[in-house]
Amino acid sequence: MNRPQAAPGTAQVLRLRPPRHRVSPRAVIWWTTQAVLEVGAVVIPLGVAATVWGDARPWLLPSTGVVAASGLVYLLVMPRWRFRVHRWETTDHAVYTAQGWVNQEWRVAPMSRIQTVDIERGPLQQLFGLATVTVTTASAAGALRLAGLDRTVADDLVAQLTETTQATPGDAT
Amino acid sequence: MVSASGGSDWQRLDPRMLAVTPLRQLAGFLPVIVAVLVIGSEENFGGRVYGLLVGVLFVLIAGTLRWFTTRYRISSDRVELRSGLLFRSARSIPRDRIRTVDVTAGLVHRLFRLSVLKIGTGERADGVESRELTLDAIATSEADQVRQRLLDPSAGSRERETVARAVEELAALRWSWLRFAPLTVSSLVALGAVGGAFAQLVNDVGAETVGVGKVGKRLTTAPLWLGVTVLTSLILLVALVGSVLVFIEAWWGFQLVREPGGTLRIRRGLLTTRSVSLEERRLRGIEVVESPLLRAGRGARTVAVATGLGGRRSHGRGTLLPPAPRSEAHRVSGLVLGKTPSPTNTPLRRHPRAALRRRLVRGTLPVMATAGALWFAPAPAWATWVALGLLPVTVLLAGDAYRNLGHALTGRYLVTRHGAGVRATVALQRSGVIGWTVSQSLFQRRLDLVTVTATTAAGHGAYAIIDVTTSEGLAVARQAVPELLDPFLA
Repeated sequence: MNRPQAAPGTAQVLRLRPPRHRVSPRAVIWWTTQAVLEVGAVVIPLGVAATVWGDARPWLLPSTGVVAASGLVYLLVMPRWRFRVHRWETTDHAVYTAQGWVNQEWRVAPMSRIQTVDIERGPLQQLFGLATVTVTTASAAGALRLAGLDRTVADDLVAQLTETTQATPGDAT
Repeated sequence: MVSASGGSDWQRLDPRMLAVTPLRQLAGFLPVIVAVLVIGSEENFGGRVYGLLVGVLFVLIAGTLRWFTTRYRISSDRVELRSGLLFRSARSIPRDRIRTVDVTAGLVHRLFRLSVLKIGTGERADGVESRELTLDAIATSEADQVRQRLLDPSAGSRERETVARAVEELAALRWSWLRFAPLTVSSLVALGAVGGAFAQLVNDVGAETVGVGKVGKRLTTAPLWLGVTVLTSLILLVALVGSVLVFIEAWWGFQLVREPGGTLRIRRGLLTTRSVSLEERRLRGIEVVESPLLRAGRGARTVAVATGLGGRRSHGRGTLLPPAPRSEAHRVSGLVLGKTPSPTNTPLRRHPRAALRRRLVRGTLPVMATAGALWFAPAPAWATWVALGLLPVTVLLAGDAYRNLGHALTGRYLVTRHGAGVRATVALQRSGVIGWTVSQSLFQRRLDLVTVTATTAAGHGAYAIIDVTTSEGLAVARQAVPELLDPFLA
């Protein structure tokens, strides 16, 4: 093996490249729906309070407006931003994912260390034909989540991962 | 089931348990018994005594029944335990899954020369430590042999003398380490214990009998500074003496040895003796932790990073050394990891200045915001000044946090350090890294920093190199585990 012996960082500038596959475009609708529900859960009670409780209207109404405006920005920006970030890829040796929006995270797990591959669909995900695949390793902190995959893609991925990890020897610790 | 020669048949626990179990249970009931017999009114004394006798009898019978219904078997491929009459339970652990065998003996057990064997697989089933099997108890003379047989099946045939000779001592207690006792949480434990016992006493017997009332009255009439001084020195004294006592009980006769077959063994304890064994092939590294007080005394704790200890619920099982001088922590780390100087003591690469700026901003911004809010809020002016007074503290902490950041690659180990106040240095086997997480917040992105986290099956499950430049972090990750990251680099 000829590993580079030069001090790290001096020779070349390293960057992670984004994983190959995007998640399903329907994930944008899913995230938007989630965001609408979250924002609604805050704004609607505020709005109701502002209409009912007359004394507090002078300060409750503007603050409701501010919350509603930032909520609107959130539910317009977050899903699209997420869709640009969330990506995944598998090779013969590893699974590679990217997720997040403001704060982003890239995770790599070798096939030989994968312990379980789970698939789950919440009610909203079922509605949009989506699924979340969770790949766990022996580490308590090492799970890779692929949220918003197309259902058939997710099923194929789980089948493929299960097959590959079964063929790879070792006790994954 | 194929029965191997010797020890494959169902066995009972040691018959001396017939005495130990009731004794321990009665000891547990002692406060109740005393309360029933001594305290309380005179009426219906006989009835209470009879009630008590029935209760005690019931406990004794239950304990005896437990012994009669419990059987265990150590066959060539598994350890099994069956117990219970009404609620039967059967446990079975494949022998190749056994990760730890702990031997403990409390006071009563020691009186009867018995030991409790706790056999663990370290598996985490939904966060619950379910796969554990306890043999309570077997003869102390046998316990050690059983332990060795379970951990190293090949050792059974070997001569005992050769085994004894091959044991290598890595560390032993030095009484000068007692000076670290007050600098650990054990002083708080002692305070809590004494405080709890005192509160219990006052509760049970009444304040007047203990004399709290009189002392309290005298304290309220005395000047305030005297009361505060007396109380403070009392607390300090209790903490000091208590922590020293706790230290002595826990670490008396401490010895860390390496046994043939690659097992690390820790023996310690004055009243309750404990023996913890750790297979070296489960070892993934070592963490040296310096809490603020220990750092001030140039001391450190040494913790094994190993799989099968049950993660965060390991109950201090990975502790390799009592609180000891930092140099000793590094020396023992080096011995355990088989590398001198120890990887935990290698010079580390500093992190970029931008990391210092992040720490300063994160530390001072909340303080300034609070001070500003207090200034405009209808609060007294001194509140703002108190908030601003915290600024130097946060600046110092930020500087400390930055100085503590560092990482290095040495031979087989990835070393990383972080912490504000509490400084933790971990040396993690590169082969023990089972994945990478690279994370970047919005602010980190603007400064071109990342946090690179190595995930592992051992210890906390993840160890981070915090706030390195993207390129350097990725280079370290790539070098630490060859070929894993390469296909994903641009």
